[in-house]
Amino acid sequence: MALPRTKLARREALEGYIFLLPWVIGFLAFHFGPLLASLYLGFTNYRGAGSPTWIGLENFKRMFTEDPLFWQSLKVTVLYAVGFLPVGLVVGFGIALLMNQKVWGISVFRTIYYLPSVMTGVAVAILWQFVFHREYGVLNSILRLFGAEPIAWLNNSQWVLVAFIIMGLWGVGGGMIVYLSGLQSIPTELYEAASIDGANRWRRFWAITIPMMTPTIFFNLVTGLIATFQIFTTAYIMTQGGPNYGTYFFSLNIYYTTFRSLRLGYASALAWMLFVLILVLTLLVFSTARRWVFYAGEKTETR
Amino acid sequence: MGDVIISQRKAVRGQNEKPTRKRGWGLRRGRVLELVLSYTILLAGTAVLMIPFFWMLSTSLKPLDEVYVYPIIWLPSELVWSNYTDVFKNVPFGRYLYNSVYISVFAIIGNLLGSSLAAFSFARLRYPGKNFLFVVMLSTLMVPAWVTMIPHFILFKWLGWLDTYLPILVPAFFANPFYTFLLRQFFLGIPVEMEDAARIDGCTSLGIFWRIFLPLSKPALATVAIFSFFYYWNDLLYPLIYLQSQAKFPVPMGIATFRGEQYANFALMMAAATMALLPLIVVFFFAQRLFIQGVVITGVKG
Repeated sequence: MALPRTKLARREALEGYIFLLPWVIGFLAFHFGPLLASLYLGFTNYRGAGSPTWIGLENFKRMFTEDPLFWQSLKVTVLYAVGFLPVGLVVGFGIALLMNQKVWGISVFRTIYYLPSVMTGVAVAILWQFVFHREYGVLNSILRLFGAEPIAWLNNSQWVLVAFIIMGLWGVGGGMIVYLSGLQSIPTELYEAASIDGANRWRRFWAITIPMMTPTIFFNLVTGLIATFQIFTTAYIMTQGGPNYGTYFFSLNIYYTTFRSLRLGYASALAWMLFVLILVLTLLVFSTARRWVFYAGEKTETR
Repeated sequence: MGDVIISQRKAVRGQNEKPTRKRGWGLRRGRVLELVLSYTILLAGTAVLMIPFFWMLSTSLKPLDEVYVYPIIWLPSELVWSNYTDVFKNVPFGRYLYNSVYISVFAIIGNLLGSSLAAFSFARLRYPGKNFLFVVMLSTLMVPAWVTMIPHFILFKWLGWLDTYLPILVPAFFANPFYTFLLRQFFLGIPVEMEDAARIDGCTSLGIFWRIFLPLSKPALATVAIFSFFYYWNDLLYPLIYLQSQAKFPVPMGIATFRGEQYANFALMMAAATMALLPLIVVFFFAQRLFIQGVVITGVKG
């Protein structure tokens, strides 16, 4: 990296660094520094008071061999991701296709479908808690119209993950908006040319829409993966990890280990485990990208 | 050669068009059928998505003996508005609202300031190492908040910031990677000529940033402000970790506590939930227009 030669360029470089200071300081103080600190703490038995003692790989050994809650939280988190992500991707895509039609009132529908995805947090968790209520909830009442027996959604460790997947699908509109912008950036000439060459709708869908949309699907898959593995608020409010650890997601395990058991060292090791897990899965998805993600020309823009 | 292809295409088109004309009415009928199907699916989806909201609103206005009945009652027989005022009587809900507004306002200001400065640097100034730093910034988007949570807690406790808003507000003033990226993309679209003209007139970088970039980026800044508002209005984790006195709770914490006390009274809880979501819904409808405006403005310029 050569230093800028002229006085003007040097001045610009200096200004560049000064403008960047808010990020540099924030990065060092709130991202990079803490990242290293928690890596260090992961190798200690720190309990929030006194000074941390180095115990080597002990935390990780315990995690894999002696801690059933670690395996439970991993199982629940993976089950939720496997249950939610594929369905969420397909449903979001399907809705985006519907929304891409030029029909009357479509912008109203877009707003309505998008709305639930931006509603998150405690209020939403409480609202769903009552939707899922076994006797007085609206969901079982609707299911009863179809002759279903009432389900104890939040009190049955089998059904509780299904309940969380339903709740996740409610917010599928967020992915839909991304798909929609992808669909609208496909050049119409492609469809016109294909129609002229006699391709029917079905064929145009598989030969143009799907390949052109793979980068968007890829984007939604990666961001969905990262978010799904960190689900917290709904579980903390609605089930506190129960019933019978049925929603004891990885993030809940970290939170409880930190602030209930005060095992800050072990919790740091858990947090790093989650980080590595997300990183490995993301890299795995990236490594498959070459086989199925299609970039038209090399003109893809950074997203 | 080219002529041959064109005439072939014409021939193909001609072949396609003939039966089309004959089946004209049939095609239109197909189109109508398709529309009916689309609207049916769209309306069914709307109903499904709106049920939780409807249920919240309906429950929030019911007398208690209509909340706990089986089979359920869809609409309250009379509108019990006192459920809403009862929330304020039972807990300092006004205080919670004030706290949430307070946190959101300062956090949004912080996010806008820090992120737009960094974004300007990434978008417009030239210096060694810029691309590397940009990649580093984007890679921090991958780090789960859970990894930095414990060191943050130790740091803020050491600084004596427990039970204050500082652990929430101070980090907000340092550039957020996602917002910085968003603003940088927008800044890149602002014509260089405007900047050059200003520089010739003796404007400094700060002047260009303040007088040209910020005024021209109102839609992008509004977008960031709205994302930021939604985040801080909803956030539970950081208030949960740092705040102890109830007088300092923002709305999410307040509702969580309220739930512990009023578990048996879903009517009141739904009234509280409605009041917590209402600002979001209002801003959402308002923001839709802003988003579209932002797209239109960039579209016209690009």
